[in-house]
Amino acid sequence: MKKRVTDLRVVSNARINEKHFLLGIAAEGCGEIVPGQFVEVLVRGSQDVFLRRPFSVCDTDPEAGIFYLLIKEVGPGSRLLGGLRPGETVNVMYPLGHGYTLPPSGPVLMIGGGYGIAPMRLLGRRLKAHGITADTLIGGRSASDILLADAFTDFGQVFMATEDGSLGHQGLLTTHPAIQVNGNPYTRFYACGPMGMLKAVSEIASTVKVDCEVSLENTMACGFGVCLSCITGTTTGNRCVCTDGPVFNSTELLWQTSV
Amino acid sequence: MADLSVSINGIGFRNPVMTASGTFGYGEEYTDFIDIGRLGGFVTKAISVKPRKGNPYPRMAETPYGMLNAIGLQNKGLDYFIHNIYPRIKDFDTRIIANVAESTTEGYVEVARALNALDRVDALELNISCPNVKEGGLAFGTSCPMSAAVTRAVKEVYDKPLWVKLSPNVTDIVDIARGVEDAGADGLCVINTLGGMGIPAGTRRPVLSTITGGLSGPANKPVALGMVWQVYQAVDIPIIGIGGIRNGTDAVEFMLAGASAVQVGTMNFIDPTIALQVAEGIDAYCDQHGFARASELTGALILD
Repeated sequence: MKKRVTDLRVVSNARINEKHFLLGIAAEGCGEIVPGQFVEVLVRGSQDVFLRRPFSVCDTDPEAGIFYLLIKEVGPGSRLLGGLRPGETVNVMYPLGHGYTLPPSGPVLMIGGGYGIAPMRLLGRRLKAHGITADTLIGGRSASDILLADAFTDFGQVFMATEDGSLGHQGLLTTHPAIQVNGNPYTRFYACGPMGMLKAVSEIASTVKVDCEVSLENTMACGFGVCLSCITGTTTGNRCVCTDGPVFNSTELLWQTSV
Repeated sequence: MADLSVSINGIGFRNPVMTASGTFGYGEEYTDFIDIGRLGGFVTKAISVKPRKGNPYPRMAETPYGMLNAIGLQNKGLDYFIHNIYPRIKDFDTRIIANVAESTTEGYVEVARALNALDRVDALELNISCPNVKEGGLAFGTSCPMSAAVTRAVKEVYDKPLWVKLSPNVTDIVDIARGVEDAGADGLCVINTLGGMGIPAGTRRPVLSTITGGLSGPANKPVALGMVWQVYQAVDIPIIGIGGIRNGTDAVEFMLAGASAVQVGTMNFIDPTIALQVAEGIDAYCDQHGFARASELTGALILD
């Protein structure tokens, strides 16, 4: 699908909790968006926000022509987007980057740390359409960081881990029995979240010999491969997260920001 | 509809709007968004003799109305450009200006000599003003004798128009402009990024891996406009104005101050269609203000 940049209509803005919201945006061609791809949203109305803000696509409703972004309020840009109301327009560049690939067979484990769970909803939907069972492991500091857990029960089992033990298994998600070595049934791990978590997941994947795709997040100015800001070190040199990723096979990554 | 075409060094441009080096890749990255053939021209990402991997991450940070960068002239080198990139872009129906960045006079000459053989490269832009690599040309761009010497050396091997991109990070940009004009430059690109730095106080660490970098974007516009005006008073060769252009009236301001054409830079990242909007905006301004030709805007500043 060709990249495009255009004004789109906000159709919904649903609060998930104090810090997170789900933005619904009407868009042509949203059925062609690949899980793991992202969009760049222009934020209007702040002297502190100059560049677009990248968000991975959380879900799509191709029949209604809507895609959804799961956004965490972390700064002035995301706070302004949190105030968008249905009917308002927002300028969006989409779809960007390379997403997750489908596995030859299942079951798979989708792993999301915090709002890194975002791309897994669309991924789970696509996997289900291909008859592949997808269990989900969601982790966070506390219960309020576990987002959209109910949205994954359609795809397989849902496991949760919180560092403070307020929901599910107590500890980092990488200590959850579902991802641990013994009797691991999965053909692939799909992960998105903080860099440390992704690295830990990829090390487990390597130990248990499971294929692993991770989605990276990085500072970028453009989102389509021209500014060359968002590099990450790979086995084939520095590559742009925006166009060569954001999804990489974990074996490609050197887990350092540049080489 | 005004006549937007301009002629610089005898080369015709469809309109006075080009895109700046380092903000437009090699054009291909933009073909999903726009018809490249509607641009006046584009300037390639820097080309150096050998591949350059650029600076470590982090290389970029947002600032009020702009951004700092320290990419470090990352590119795949001269051979890769000639054999892999040029064949893919040579049929773009617009002017192609090749940006050359090197660390020695011999390096600049080697790239210029090779690019001289490429029909579809219409002009060279000599980058003697990159603030982000230790030997990225800024040593040339901040010294009058050195900037003149590298201009003279490249002019000897390059037959088509040679533009020199000037650094604002100098005591007097007019001295450098006069020096490279005397050395044979056919045009001046004014300006490259302003030296800058960012420190998130919470981390007490510089925001860029290189500590300092180059500031670009609309924050720079008044600085750039002032320098275009200063240089326009001092030289007879065409000036291409660069610095934070967002729309047609920004571009018109640069032309009124003396620019024959403009380059749109950082804003390409935010809106990949912006250069075409800038050209449309120049057209609208000309219609509203009774200019039959965009070229009449150059130096048309009124001083009462």
